[in-house]
Amino acid sequence: MRETTGFKVFRVVGLTFITLLTAIPLYIILSSSVKPLVDVRGEFSWIPTRVTLSAYSEMWSTIPLARYLANSLLVSVVATVLSLVVATFAAYAVARLPFRGSRAFSMLVLSTQMFPGILFLLPLFLVFVQIQTRLGLQLTGTYTGLIVTYLTFALPFSIWMLVGYFAALPRELEEAALIDGNGPIGALFRVVLPVARPGIVAVGVFAFVTAWGEVLFASVLTDRGTRTLAVGLQAYASQSSVLWNQLMAASVVVSIPVLVGFLFLQRYLVAGLSSGAVK
Amino acid sequence: MAITTSSPPPVDPGPVTSGAIEASAGNESRAGSESPAGSESPGGSESRAGIVPSQVVPPGRRGRRLRGPRSTGLLPYLLIAPALVLELVVHIVPMILGVWISFVSLTQLTLRRWTEAPFIGFDNYRNGLNPSSAIGQDFFSSLLRTSVYTVIVVSLAWAIGMLAAVLLNRSFHGRAFFRTFFLVPFALPAFVTTIGWSFIFNQQEGALNHVLVENLGVLDSNPFWLLGDNSFVVIVVVGTWRLWPFAFLMLLAALQSVPDDVYEAAALDGATMWRQFRTITLPLIRPTNSVVILVMGLWTFNEFTVPYILFGAQPPEQALLLSNLIYSNSFVNFNFGLGAAMSVLLLLALLAASLVYVRLFLNRGEDSRA
Amino acid sequence: MRHPITAAIAVAVVLCGGLAACGSDDSQDSAEPNGEPLVYWATNMAPTIEDDEAVLTPELAKFTEQTGIEVELEVVPWDALYNRILTAVSSGEGPDVLNIGNTWSASLQATGGFVPFEGDALEVIGGDDKFVATALAASGAEGQTPTAVPLYGQSYGLFYNKQMFADAGVPEPTDGWTWEQFTDAAAALTQDTDGDGQTDQYGFAMTGASVANNSHAAFILGRQEGASLFAEDGTPQFDSDATVSAVTRWVDLMSSGVTLPGSAEYTGDAEADNDLATGKVAMVIQQSGSRNALAALGFDDYGVSQVPVLDPLPEGGQATQTMVAGINISVFADSDQQEDALQLVNFLTSTEEQVILNAAYTTLPVVTAAYEDPTFNDDVSETFATILNDHAEPMPQVPEEGQMETLVGGAVKELVAQAATGATVTEDDVRSALANANEQMQAAG
Repeated sequence: MRETTGFKVFRVVGLTFITLLTAIPLYIILSSSVKPLVDVRGEFSWIPTRVTLSAYSEMWSTIPLARYLANSLLVSVVATVLSLVVATFAAYAVARLPFRGSRAFSMLVLSTQMFPGILFLLPLFLVFVQIQTRLGLQLTGTYTGLIVTYLTFALPFSIWMLVGYFAALPRELEEAALIDGNGPIGALFRVVLPVARPGIVAVGVFAFVTAWGEVLFASVLTDRGTRTLAVGLQAYASQSSVLWNQLMAASVVVSIPVLVGFLFLQRYLVAGLSSGAVK
Repeated sequence: MAITTSSPPPVDPGPVTSGAIEASAGNESRAGSESPAGSESPGGSESRAGIVPSQVVPPGRRGRRLRGPRSTGLLPYLLIAPALVLELVVHIVPMILGVWISFVSLTQLTLRRWTEAPFIGFDNYRNGLNPSSAIGQDFFSSLLRTSVYTVIVVSLAWAIGMLAAVLLNRSFHGRAFFRTFFLVPFALPAFVTTIGWSFIFNQQEGALNHVLVENLGVLDSNPFWLLGDNSFVVIVVVGTWRLWPFAFLMLLAALQSVPDDVYEAAALDGATMWRQFRTITLPLIRPTNSVVILVMGLWTFNEFTVPYILFGAQPPEQALLLSNLIYSNSFVNFNFGLGAAMSVLLLLALLAASLVYVRLFLNRGEDSRA
Repeated sequence: MRHPITAAIAVAVVLCGGLAACGSDDSQDSAEPNGEPLVYWATNMAPTIEDDEAVLTPELAKFTEQTGIEVELEVVPWDALYNRILTAVSSGEGPDVLNIGNTWSASLQATGGFVPFEGDALEVIGGDDKFVATALAASGAEGQTPTAVPLYGQSYGLFYNKQMFADAGVPEPTDGWTWEQFTDAAAALTQDTDGDGQTDQYGFAMTGASVANNSHAAFILGRQEGASLFAEDGTPQFDSDATVSAVTRWVDLMSSGVTLPGSAEYTGDAEADNDLATGKVAMVIQQSGSRNALAALGFDDYGVSQVPVLDPLPEGGQATQTMVAGINISVFADSDQQEDALQLVNFLTSTEEQVILNAAYTTLPVVTAAYEDPTFNDDVSETFATILNDHAEPMPQVPEEGQMETLVGGAVKELVAQAATGATVTEDDVRSALANANEQMQAAG
């Protein structure tokens, strides 16, 4: 379709507005990271009067930043991958295989989004400790516990969205695979997954972001060795001293791997969601 | 169960699927009506065969799809088993524990032997719900505030997300940049972006007051944003800022799937862009739209992080959302029973609202085809 | 697609296995063959957690050398500490030894989750005679066996910027300063120094958005007016005349314009410390640990004097200047190494360690003998020690202390915010806010 001039003007105005909205807090974070601490604390200025990169070198020794980053990446990536596997299986069953209780399962999963997250904290810890003492699977203070938690946190939305994707895919694809002698699982792996890849990537981004930024459960379920970034970054701002510039510098640095990932994935994101959500 | 059935019951794919089905039904009218599947099986997802050239699989084979002995029986249960186990361990059992806690007196006195906490019936509910008591007043005013907050934040996030999605729907030079840039807020931990916002709203050195007072001179003295009534404005702004990219992503995806030819036909009819948006775009993306709004609504209603990071365990009264109230009752005041009772009420209210919502907005697809 | 996903899982599993191995290395390396190391949760006392580890690690190494008991240290950030203690108490899964904020003592004592210091346990740590009496008073409910002993002492003091007093020609604060002298000085120091018609220097800054600090202020000023937050029988009486008058006095500091209005937003001590160091305000009332923060800011031109007190004291009023602040240490009842845990408590409360640790943290020793060390002979240390030893009272030692702090501090915080945003706060406003807090306390109790 040809675009009218009016639409182009509208687009320029609209994008300017949204870009400013997005950029201003990000700019504040970025500019604070290159100001000396005194200037960050002092009177605000849009353009830093003095620029220093000292925060970028000092931040590594204030907290074990590299360690936290590794922990966060590990936990988020593993939780994302596992939640994709689990959600894919469940969503495929709901979307494609008729079974009794499928609707109840969907609503059960949705209902978990209605309970205040904070109230899961104590019960979840008690459940984990029970599992720990009875089954010997160490869940508190370990990566495992955090991964299990995050992967499950991402499940409800992931399942709901993936059900949509799968249901929207043409069945004929799988039928061809079935005719070739595959079972439904074979059809899922050989035919459905390749086609739904973009949708899966989209849900994966969501799952990753969920795990990446979570603070409350991480603060209780991790210890010195497994502490994640979202918790660890707060240590730049302790009761008695607040190293704003290092906090901002650290968050700029830790965002880079994530942004590179997003940049790489963004084209799948759009195509993926469209194939699942509506088409 | 379906082993011997010659015509399996319609798939009951849950609300999302229904939405997807509805959209596909919409697509049918323009993508070609030669699909026999649409008329063959009104309740099943296969009606969307209209999108796929029918030559992929001969229509005659269709009867055998996923229905042989090997595809039925335990398989679906095996497939949902991992999800079910995880949901049970991490979500459902803690939720049931939470419901149980709402009926006992769980305080510092009983916490250590929590399994033996005394049963007190509906006392916690009476305590939290009594509108004439100070606690009840807090609960109800917070409930009202949270509802208002949810409506405003979801509306704003939806509107900005939709605007961004519409603007980036068509290819133009630089689109990839914006598409990535608008996701940047996701990459930063909430703690950091929220701190960034508190730099902006800070009374003495904040960027906003700097602009208002020094740059523009519209105000003589620095107003407070993080105290009093303005603190509600602040949580709305920060909440919206964190949420809108999610709406943007999902809605852009939905828009991407609307074929250009639909617009072209409308353009030939002389429909304005606004009219096209209202009469074509919105109805076509309704299923995604409905799920996105539902999920954003649930998340926003349970918002905890923004007030907590901006203000700590006890936000100003005007920025005290329900989750923060529940947190301070449970963890700060050691009254887990009361916090749990409030949560159960919240759960019931949201469940009722969601059921109505799902019925109203997500199941209509089936009706319209019937 | 199958391959990338399979590959991703493989990578993830390998990564997980590898890092998990790294993760457990720490504990395995330090574990003695004869048993698990003691797990010790310390609080964040130094500017950063890394600094805390740097202070504690060599001391714990000494302990291991003396006793052969290994210790695994974790410095828990304040944001997480309380929740972690609660989950530990309810699940039985926790550390062996842990630091707690001393105002939590009675609450945590009521859980029964900590080892009572009596009999043999008390003997292992060398009895309770060695402790400073006021500090010991803040270790649990009266008449019950404490489940915590003091570790680091803190008290409030009046910090002032010497240069600003000199510039304004105002005499520096002296011990025994009255509240009136304090407010007069604050008014004199509130100035428009550059003559642009805007006040740019204030007499005082508070941490107006801190619930805890506001509850401390209500308590301390309340004691001066003879208030008790709880009646003899334990009923809350937050809205007694004396407390109302004390909170009004506190809020008036903001209303009267001598307090930096922006400080109503401060949630932590760091911002007010910074204002003192940069000459934005002339006085702050902070705890002794702020010395470390001021040193980190490169600021040493300050003095510390006693907290101003009402003069004359109203009927029943006490010359209280601070609540007993600081950190206590407890042994977890579910620990299976209680004997070793108690030895660690004994070590950390020994005179020698008290000198080293409190000097590092600029806190105050909680054992009497440590004060003989020359480290604590400078003026500022002596001022703080005098305040803690002679003019301190513990916050109410009741299980509901946390809730009391939340409700009273929350109410005061809202009143300070109102005053800062320009609203008039009358004594009736104060009374009704405190009455509301009182009602909530009763309803919950």
